[in-house]
Amino acid sequence: MGQRDITKERYSDGKPVLRRFHQARWDEPIIFELSRAGQRGILVPEVDEEIRARAGDVLATLPDGMRRKDPPALPELSQPQVVRHYARLSQENLGADLNVDIGQGTCTMKYSPKINDQLAANPKLLDLHPFQDEETVQGILEVMYRFEQILKEISGLDRFSLQPGAGSAAIYANVSIIRAYHEARGESKQRDEIITTIFSHPSNAACAKTAGYRVITLYPDDDGYPDLDALKAAVSERTAGLLITNPEDTGIYNPKIAEFVDIVHGAGGLCSYDQANANGVLGITRAREADFDLCHFNLHKTFSTPHGCGGPAVGATGVKEELARFLPVPLVEYDGDRYRLDYDLADSIGKVGSFHGVPAVVVKAYAWAMSLGADGLREVAGIAVLNNNYLLKKMLEIPGLSIPYAKGKRRIEQVRYSWEKLAEETGVHSEELGIRAADFGVHYWTSHHPFVVPEPCTLEPTESYSKDELDEYVAIIAHVAREAYTDPEIVKSAPHNSTVHTIEHEPFDDPSQWAVTWRAFRRKVGGD
Amino acid sequence: MSEQRPPDYPYIPNSVPKVKEQMLREVGAESVEEFFEDIPDSLRLKGKMNLPEPLLSEQALKRHVEGILARNATARENLNFLGAGCWQHHVPAVCDEVNRRGEFLTAYAGEPYDDHGRFQTLFEYASMMGELLNMDVVNVPIYDGLQAAATSLCMATRITGRRHALVSKAIGAEKLSKIRDYCRPSADIELVGFEAETGQLDLGELKGRLSSDTAALFLGNPSYLGTIEQAGGEIADIAHEKGALLIVDVDPISLGVLTPPADYGADIVCGDIQPLGMHMQFGGGQAGFIATRDEEEFVMEYPSRLFGIAPTRVEGEYGFGDVAYERTSFAVREEGREWVGTAAALWGITAGVYLALMGPQGMAEIGEGIMARARYAMLKLDTIEGVKAPLFSTPHFKEFVVNFDGTGRSVAEINRALLAGGIFGGKDLTQEYPKLGSSALYCVTEVHSRQDIDRLVEALREEVA
Repeated sequence: MGQRDITKERYSDGKPVLRRFHQARWDEPIIFELSRAGQRGILVPEVDEEIRARAGDVLATLPDGMRRKDPPALPELSQPQVVRHYARLSQENLGADLNVDIGQGTCTMKYSPKINDQLAANPKLLDLHPFQDEETVQGILEVMYRFEQILKEISGLDRFSLQPGAGSAAIYANVSIIRAYHEARGESKQRDEIITTIFSHPSNAACAKTAGYRVITLYPDDDGYPDLDALKAAVSERTAGLLITNPEDTGIYNPKIAEFVDIVHGAGGLCSYDQANANGVLGITRAREADFDLCHFNLHKTFSTPHGCGGPAVGATGVKEELARFLPVPLVEYDGDRYRLDYDLADSIGKVGSFHGVPAVVVKAYAWAMSLGADGLREVAGIAVLNNNYLLKKMLEIPGLSIPYAKGKRRIEQVRYSWEKLAEETGVHSEELGIRAADFGVHYWTSHHPFVVPEPCTLEPTESYSKDELDEYVAIIAHVAREAYTDPEIVKSAPHNSTVHTIEHEPFDDPSQWAVTWRAFRRKVGGD
Repeated sequence: MSEQRPPDYPYIPNSVPKVKEQMLREVGAESVEEFFEDIPDSLRLKGKMNLPEPLLSEQALKRHVEGILARNATARENLNFLGAGCWQHHVPAVCDEVNRRGEFLTAYAGEPYDDHGRFQTLFEYASMMGELLNMDVVNVPIYDGLQAAATSLCMATRITGRRHALVSKAIGAEKLSKIRDYCRPSADIELVGFEAETGQLDLGELKGRLSSDTAALFLGNPSYLGTIEQAGGEIADIAHEKGALLIVDVDPISLGVLTPPADYGADIVCGDIQPLGMHMQFGGGQAGFIATRDEEEFVMEYPSRLFGIAPTRVEGEYGFGDVAYERTSFAVREEGREWVGTAAALWGITAGVYLALMGPQGMAEIGEGIMARARYAMLKLDTIEGVKAPLFSTPHFKEFVVNFDGTGRSVAEINRALLAGGIFGGKDLTQEYPKLGSSALYCVTEVHSRQDIDRLVEALREEVA
């Protein structure tokens, strides 16, 4: 009997054939459609007879208007039905555990180690109340303190708050600290402008506005760097601060960043470094070296904690010593023996988030950093950047794709590509290519708005994907791009292998049709 | 470096030297260093970061982290009566089962075609909350109840075009601190007191402070101090007469038995969903919700994402997407409403699981059971010489103020003694509410048995004797 080369059968012309992916399509009803009167998913503990006897009819003590008349029309399901419903819906979701998740550029979709999730699920953390006596929470305070020391070394800054609930909350905290700083100097009325860049996350502009600032946005110069001349023209005695990312979402490192900081300092403003894109520069360059006053890290990005469909997360906010007095309270202090919570900061901006932020995320991030150490973190940056430049080389072999700006320059951890040429030649848009890619089990994200780079596509491979996986991703995108030229209709009518087909968009922007809840949908469509 | 050496970093596939070299060759680079050539020397970190030695094996890491966490003493090992915004409720196993699934845990921001499951679960979460709250619009969760309170107030200022906002004094210090910081540019916050005897909002003071510039009255019900407001409808009428909105901050687990605020006239309802299936985890299980009627002027003022349902091109199939996306900062940066970003979506999915498990009957039973236990605890505590429980003569839900003035003891002293006996006493209110004397906020839920409550009572009786 002749031997078969089983693996080779999965190749064509020496290259692996594309997966015959098909996303789960359970046609899973909306949970209310599964309801049958009387079914129960869980029982609640019985009330002890003596409690009942002593307490009496507690509902009768409620004033008339405060006792609920009709029970909430929640669905009624048995427990196995609930489990199957959610298990099916989970299969209709493409998490980073499943796909080569390099297409959500700026999001740093790296591997979230399972051991860290397990460590954070420890009852010794789950069952802690945030107002417990300090003596009973020495363990979690120690983790928070130790992790702060790690962030101080990674950034070169002096104090951190782990309270903000994600990157945008940290940006807001930083703006609030900037405001408090100018207030303390009696200049808050005069300094009413914040400068940011168009390739920084929209929350930089939005948080500044929310905090009451006028926003000035710098656009890129011809090389893709934020325009230095525009910055010089923008700064004045009205400048409160600069919020800037580096490398920006283009993946281009701005070598003049120290000059940007100097110019803003010269005008009396503070500089805050949005380190959402820190993954490629860990151990390479820091906020301190460029003289930033504040920074923040997204622990759910650079520090590997899982994204959870959009949180819970932590935006760790760091400042120079001079600004520590403005940080949210409490801070964790250590006297060499005991850890304690310090609420006694006279100039604190107060609370940015509840209690101590999301300590479980801190535990995961701490475990991740401790599993790598200084060399490991440097390896993370090195491989993330190698992967990115490798991916860039392979992607640019695809006809119709290009990268704007900084010709011939290396990129750091991500790249914003442009399908402008392909769109001109085929009429197929970047979003459509991304949706078609989902037919093969991967996806990509275009860009924040506005699309400064036309027909954008932002890829960030991180350190977590193998060369073969990067090759597979490129093969899928190449295939889809080829289809755009040979059979554009199949791309434009995508998805074909997804959970659902093309969704009607119009209802989402029409108040008479939009429905954010099932009850609204039934009312508007079903005539309930 | 030996080529045979296995990679040091199991999380970093291409750290294998051979692979690294091959990739470098393909991109025409000598070393990884070349990729950093645009970073000026003056900005480069000289030398190596000074970090602790790594724990390379999973076993060593586990031992290290578990060793530190072992120093905590938990509410599972002790008897806990702390609440004040983070509450100890039973977490159904199915909640953890679902939120630990990698498909949900490791997803982020895919399109509706990639992450149909995320959109549907969050739509269903909002839909079930909508039933609980009797409102048609509920947002995708934001960070926590603090943010929900602050954003609700900001929404009210935009909807009404007014700056003045009234906030009931029966509010936690942390929430008030957040509101003061966050709303400063858009709202002038003024406090309204409550009646010393009943804890009910002082309606006379409310009327005096309301003006034609008042955007909203913000009221907790149940309040931070556990009291149930009796005059919800009257308060709504008073506010509405002046053109102000009523914002009610509500504990969602109370709504199986308590009237949803919309029914007594609330225009915006907000709160924290932590009670619905999230472990306390040192305060890390919080997530905020905001709900309103389905009116365009309200919907357009949400900063958060709103997931809507719509047909697809195949009959009978539903799809999902962002409702009124153009109002968000994702779409229009600083021209959007406040901002939107990563927050606490996984807890929304989890709360949906919780409500699906509980159903209407479960929510009614748990609400009544909590009220009965809390009332039992108050009655028993009140029998202790020098202890007054509750301090306010009004119905309570799960929290209530216990006053120790008659014992001559401070809450700190009492709590220290309780802790020595394995009991976490209620939150000390001495600093937040100096006028309440030696008072603490106690929380009783369905996790407390009669024996638990009796144990607290006996420990206190002994301590203050």
